[in-house]
Amino acid sequence: MITNILLAGVGGQGILTIAAILDTAALNNGLFFKQSEVHGMSQRGGAVQSHVRISDGNIYADLIPKGKADIIISMEPMESLRYLPYLKKDGYIITDTTPYLNIDKYPNEQDIYAALDARENRLYFGATKIAKQTGNAKAANIVLLGAASSHIPIKERALIAAIKTLFNPKGERIVNINLKAFEAGKMYAKEHSLSISE
Amino acid sequence: MRHIVLGDEAVAQGAIDAGISGIYAYPGTPSTEVTEYVIRQKKEKNLPIHAHWTANEKTAVEAALGMSYAGKRSMAVMKHVGLNVAMDAFMNMSISGVNGGLVVVVADDPSMHSSQNEQDSRYLANFAKIPIIEPTNQQEAYDGVRHAFKVSEKQKLPVMLRLVTRLAHSRSLVNFNTPNKQNKLQFPEDIKPFQLIPARAKPQFESLVAKQADLISCSEDSPFNQLVFGQDKSLGIIASGIAYNYLMENYPNGCPYSVLKLSQYPIPRNLIKMLYDSSERIMVIEEGYPFIEEHISNIIEENKKVIGKLTGHLNITGELNPNLVAKALGIKENAFGEIPNFVQGRPPQLCDGCGHYDTFQVLNVIRKDIGDYQIFGDIGCYALGALPPYNTVSTLIDMGASITMAKGAADAGVFPAIALIGDSTFTHSGMTGLLDCINDNTPITIFINDNSTVGMTGGQESAAFNHIEDICVGLGVDPDHVKVITPLVKNHEKNLKLVRDELKYRGVSVIIPRRACVRLPADRKKMIKKVMDIHEV
Repeated sequence: MITNILLAGVGGQGILTIAAILDTAALNNGLFFKQSEVHGMSQRGGAVQSHVRISDGNIYADLIPKGKADIIISMEPMESLRYLPYLKKDGYIITDTTPYLNIDKYPNEQDIYAALDARENRLYFGATKIAKQTGNAKAANIVLLGAASSHIPIKERALIAAIKTLFNPKGERIVNINLKAFEAGKMYAKEHSLSISE
Repeated sequence: MRHIVLGDEAVAQGAIDAGISGIYAYPGTPSTEVTEYVIRQKKEKNLPIHAHWTANEKTAVEAALGMSYAGKRSMAVMKHVGLNVAMDAFMNMSISGVNGGLVVVVADDPSMHSSQNEQDSRYLANFAKIPIIEPTNQQEAYDGVRHAFKVSEKQKLPVMLRLVTRLAHSRSLVNFNTPNKQNKLQFPEDIKPFQLIPARAKPQFESLVAKQADLISCSEDSPFNQLVFGQDKSLGIIASGIAYNYLMENYPNGCPYSVLKLSQYPIPRNLIKMLYDSSERIMVIEEGYPFIEEHISNIIEENKKVIGKLTGHLNITGELNPNLVAKALGIKENAFGEIPNFVQGRPPQLCDGCGHYDTFQVLNVIRKDIGDYQIFGDIGCYALGALPPYNTVSTLIDMGASITMAKGAADAGVFPAIALIGDSTFTHSGMTGLLDCINDNTPITIFINDNSTVGMTGGQESAAFNHIEDICVGLGVDPDHVKVITPLVKNHEKNLKLVRDELKYRGVSVIIPRRACVRLPADRKKMIKKVMDIHEV
């Protein structure tokens, strides 16, 4: 069975770190994956996405077909909506509510929340705020990963091991901040049963 | 053991394991990570491989040919438009042939994610009459490059490995196999093929033409081409490269039709014929232009039973995806959600603190005086100057064209004519244009934006580093008209005045706005500053 996860955000926000954790954890869990990403010009402050497909069998396409994504994990509220055509009807949207304001006509929050609320399964919350509380606002991506973790077909301990592996070169302090961020995201999702917004 | 690698990195590891002694490349999305990986591996594992960026794709291919001439395996890597730059060498080395194995990796960019066109490199390999390997997935990228070297050494011809963005930039798990030893230094037995005077080139071309039958039979037997017959004979499908994935994605329980998976060219005639004879209609699914679709008409008796891009069943511009292929196959899809109409586009932007921004600010004041038509742009991050909110450059065509187009406009009577080019683009393809300007004493002002790196592709070393003034003066620019400025907000008025003065000059003037790319790591910025400070004394 294939699980399709679409990661969304703005270039530089850290979606490729989430992708790298999923890749490493999938490998260590004996799973196969394909994970497409964006390089080059569009990385510079533009909308970016990564398609992560994880399976216990073969995967053909590097891209998720429309209507087949199980989860959208987004670093940014408006960006989470850009990929709605990819999401299954009952797929999950998990997004940070912190807007990234580098464009002129950013839509108003109410419209964004209304579109999110129209989805059966959504969780939007201040992941950046929670990341700040755990030690570093940059760990918002890991908070979101933690919040999504119960819907990802990889054992939690493999995800945690991958976080340790990937942040290890940056030192123990950074590893711990990210482990805390993961746990905080997981707890938030648990307490809010994934469909109630903040 | 399986390894996590990008498609590009699978190619790179495949090349290392095929026993290359050298890799030559100019950075270009989506090909950059092939060479970056080899450079990184060389450093980490102390590999005896020459791995360095070149000034442009032509110098890359020629150096690769030189290494091959000396008997060793070599690889040149580029994006699709880079092959245009290398075309002279590329066409002629198919005539000379090679000695050590030589593979040219070309990464196409259908949908133009980071490019100014979506040309399909298979036409150019076909033009040069050389084989192509077009991998379907990351494992095939690894295996394919190793196979390409085998074919190259067997046929004594260069081989193209064609990638597309979605494979180049997709990660998966790949098994690596036992590496080959590198070749020893060994000149060709006969050097005549490498002497392309007409008397030598004619028999070489005849031999290239004569080899084609053998190359086709190589494709017929290739493990990368597979014909699988299906129960349903109403359709036979040819799917090449990653298009095969998009086809199979739509049939998780197996495709009911006969499928020819095509990943090695020249096009295998018998396999096509067998598919054709056993199917009522043929569909061609391929990423890029309708190359196969156009080329099989001379294999099958009539063209009318073939559907694909030319018949409008598939998109002729832009890349494919599983959904477009599903539609062509008449597979009904579940309705899916729409993007709310208030969601705004978010185009790429210059990074905070980028020096190009300050240069745009100066030029935008000038633009108010001279109008919207006289600033000629080039390829690099500063190409964003063609878009709002900057709206600085009027044209953007190809590497180096800023200088030569500004020259042509100046020749037509435009004054002032301004060119805006980056440091690395200048040494890639701008220097010869500057020489034309010198020889013509063209009234032109050339901005060489020096951020001391190849910024847009991720900060590779620039061939221009620490050479720009010397090159300009060496080519003949009057040293009094080679001016270095520091593009910073605080210098805006001062820089504006200097630019206004230079614009009055009726000769070749070069202004170098110099500030290191903000994205470079601190140690490199420090090194750049140190070198440049010495230089300015």
